[in-house]
Amino acid sequence: MGRLLILAIGLAAAWLVWSGLFKPLIFGLGALSLVLVLWLAIRMKVTRYGSFSLDLAPRLLGFWAWLLKEIVKSNLTVARIVLSPRMNISPRMVTVEPPTRGLQGQAILANSITLTPGTVTVDAHDGTFKVHCLTEEGAADIERGEMARRIHKAVGDR
Amino acid sequence: MNWLDWLTALMVSAGGFFVFVGGVGAVRMPDLYTRMHATSLTDTLGSLLILVGLMLQSGFTLITLKIVLVAAFLLVTGPTAAYALANAAFLGGQLPEGLQDGASDDGETQP
Repeated sequence: MGRLLILAIGLAAAWLVWSGLFKPLIFGLGALSLVLVLWLAIRMKVTRYGSFSLDLAPRLLGFWAWLLKEIVKSNLTVARIVLSPRMNISPRMVTVEPPTRGLQGQAILANSITLTPGTVTVDAHDGTFKVHCLTEEGAADIERGEMARRIHKAVGDR
Repeated sequence: MNWLDWLTALMVSAGGFFVFVGGVGAVRMPDLYTRMHATSLTDTLGSLLILVGLMLQSGFTLITLKIVLVAAFLLVTGPTAAYALANAAFLGGQLPEGLQDGASDDGETQP
């Protein structure tokens, strides 16, 4: 119930920030969509499985800085491959078992891998990740598991 | 134009460049998964550079807060949608092209 309340407050704040209009019609539409989204969230059992806990955010700040650096680096790598006349790709599918046992940590890892160009999480199930990599080097990076280690260090088994 | 305008022009152009390269990659790459690698350029540096460029124009205002939130939502929903796409393709039996023999322990097996 508490999580649902936080979600409702967050959604209302988001609506106000983006609309910036304080008219009855706009307010009414906002309330309507708030109820709709809350209903969807309950149906998706968001509160039962525990969605992203906001208290994880400060612990992830260092990781996010590192992730941004990685994103810039791999953007340049992939852009160079795309623009080279003979695209030098060596696609690989690797299977890894990251150390994080928690669902939130695994979700953060899966999304961080996908966010980095050159690697896409194709399947994340029962703690086993299948990752499609554009190049051999990218696959080696995933198997070395530095990203997984950093997330595990930041969030533990949450 | 003052130096902030020049910086904005530089960042928005660089962002546009990455969006363009993402589009070129989506055409040139051989299969779905490799195309997704290319389009993630558009999702990450492409949109980030454009948004930061716009923030330089709006300064410390509510508009900048909105742009920050847009960037945050893009960075969370982008990979989530990409996972939904890749996972649906994979579970639907679409196998990646160009995997070399022995390069993967599960390249041949159906999920």
